[in-house]
Amino acid sequence: MEPILKVSDLRTYFRADAGLARAVDGVSFEVHPGETLGIVGESGSGKSVTSLSVMRLIPEPPGEIQPGSKILFRDNEGEKDLARVTEEEMRHIRGNDIAMIFQEPMTSLNPVFKVGDQIVESLRLHQGLSKKDAREKAIDMLRLVGIPIPEQRVDEYPHQLSGGMRQRVMIAIALACDPKVLIADEPTTALDVTIQAQILELLNRLQEELGMAIILITHDLGVVAETCDRVIVMYAGQVFEEGSVEDVFRDPQNPYTEGLLRSIPRLGSHSERLAVIPGVVPSATEWPTGCRFHARCPYGWEKTAQEEPPLFEIGPGRKSKCWLVEHPERREEIRRETGGFTPEGALTGTGASTPAAGAPDEGVDVQARDREV
Amino acid sequence: MISYLIRRLLGAIPLLLGILTLIFFIINIAPGDPTARYFNPNVAPEVIEQMRRNLGLDQPLHIQYFRWVTSFARGDFGNSFGQMRPISEILPTVLWNTIQLMLISIIIIFVVGMLIGMYQAVRQYSASDNFLTVAALFFYSMPSFWFALMLILIFSLKASQWDWPIQFPASQMTSVGYEFMAPGEKIWDRLMHLAMPAIALGIGSAAGIARYMRGSMLEVIHQDYIRTARAKGLSERVVVFKHALRNALIPIITLLGLYLPVLLSGSVVVETIFAWPGMGRLIVDAIFQRDYPLVMATSFVAATLVVVGNLLADVLYAVVDPRIRTE
Repeated sequence: MEPILKVSDLRTYFRADAGLARAVDGVSFEVHPGETLGIVGESGSGKSVTSLSVMRLIPEPPGEIQPGSKILFRDNEGEKDLARVTEEEMRHIRGNDIAMIFQEPMTSLNPVFKVGDQIVESLRLHQGLSKKDAREKAIDMLRLVGIPIPEQRVDEYPHQLSGGMRQRVMIAIALACDPKVLIADEPTTALDVTIQAQILELLNRLQEELGMAIILITHDLGVVAETCDRVIVMYAGQVFEEGSVEDVFRDPQNPYTEGLLRSIPRLGSHSERLAVIPGVVPSATEWPTGCRFHARCPYGWEKTAQEEPPLFEIGPGRKSKCWLVEHPERREEIRRETGGFTPEGALTGTGASTPAAGAPDEGVDVQARDREV
Repeated sequence: MISYLIRRLLGAIPLLLGILTLIFFIINIAPGDPTARYFNPNVAPEVIEQMRRNLGLDQPLHIQYFRWVTSFARGDFGNSFGQMRPISEILPTVLWNTIQLMLISIIIIFVVGMLIGMYQAVRQYSASDNFLTVAALFFYSMPSFWFALMLILIFSLKASQWDWPIQFPASQMTSVGYEFMAPGEKIWDRLMHLAMPAIALGIGSAAGIARYMRGSMLEVIHQDYIRTARAKGLSERVVVFKHALRNALIPIITLLGLYLPVLLSGSVVVETIFAWPGMGRLIVDAIFQRDYPLVMATSFVAATLVVVGNLLADVLYAVVDPRIRTE
């Protein structure tokens, strides 16, 4: 099937005091109708900027979607490059063809307007409904997202609803105009676990009923495993791995994915210390040379510090941005010696011993660690 | 809501009484005498003494206070010492004159101030934002009497010397021959006379409101729900004027209550310069003449205005912010 959304070589840069922040730097992916694509990565890896770029909600200035970036959206009339359409055209797409829900349900609704009016606004704008019809539809939407007594809730203000209820209202607003793509930017992060499950279940159910594609942005791998069909793993503004959820979770090919999966604490295992990826995501103004992950990667060697790997195609729909694709023997070697990402490996590379990435002495450090290895 | 308002109004009564008591004793302790303007070598001291007795000034202070309180409680402000006629005759027209001036001023303050502040917030750090910031600082810093004189100099004096198409009258409330004008002309004439005093009175506060509004708007514009509004596909105009403005207004409303007394004290200077027969001038004249009943009456009106202004602000809060309504 033809993809409904095709992002290729998306680059979104921000002009900051510290220099040019390349928050999203050459991201490509496709979304097919009716599927759920997960985008995972640590904070600062460019997930949210990617989604805001698709919505063209990047504040300009300081942000700018670079020339050459393509965001192809297919609707009944044909294909449009959202990176290029006018603001006027984009407004017809936003909230209508592509809708978005955000991380913070507590602050994402306007506190001075009734929740019903906030749904009605969208309906009247995009579908030209009369006041009365729009209100009816708003009540229907509230019922659809599982809000009890919607006839009453429609006239309440956001502060009268709980966090989970507000996120349901956000979903109702987003889905009011039957969008073809729904971007959910960490929709459950701010909610407690039982509510999280409810919201994810709701999204799954609504997708089955309404048939839209969902882009689910999260740093919670459990959420991805639960809800997504395919997943892309982002790091430092780039795609590091792509594949079906089963493939990626069962057999992660990229060391970064491996590190993320190993970082999940498991029930029943009694290790003293969690396996973590040492260090933090480097600053977007100074990405490291070579592979952007090399300073935090247990498999790194000289080549990874100097040359940036391409996003290798390693199977049908399966991609990995890592030199290990060409040097698989190295992975086995390191695993045999240290076990790759382990609690012990984390010990040698905690914050204190890991220099801030992008620091000038980084090359030296890699060699030092190579000797340790 | 209604019961809340009634409770607030009743609560204001002891407050007003306290304020007026304080003023009564302060003005009576202050040196000076209402009969001082009659001191004259040709007036016998006995006459002055008789005058004091007629005005009730020969009584001890606490008796005077008690008398004032009882008549005030009956709604009787007494007679003005200076003008020798009932205050209930003087006050309404004078009060109405000042209210006209303050209303126009408040409209200028809030409409101009808020529009400028919003414009600046939307164009943050642009050249026009920086220019308006400097301009606001200038108008905020300049005293209103200087500004009033500059307005008269340029738009009245120089404008007539240079034959500008628009010239503003420099003083008074009406032109010569006001009585013979058609109703439409009368309104226009009054507005022309109001323009300069209202601007002189309001521009400093307008500059202040612009600064507050810019800050308030900037804070709101970076909120998540503004991003939500944009994500709905709303135009920037709707996002700013509907979703952002309503929220940015909330802190500004407090200032409405605070600016009423500022305007009243500002009107003292401005009304004097523009020869506007309003409360400001009346208060100053009353104080200088030690016209005790008039001082008390005007103080009462001023204090009431402040209380009402704050009450108005509280009501507007509830209108704008549903979160306050439920409490």
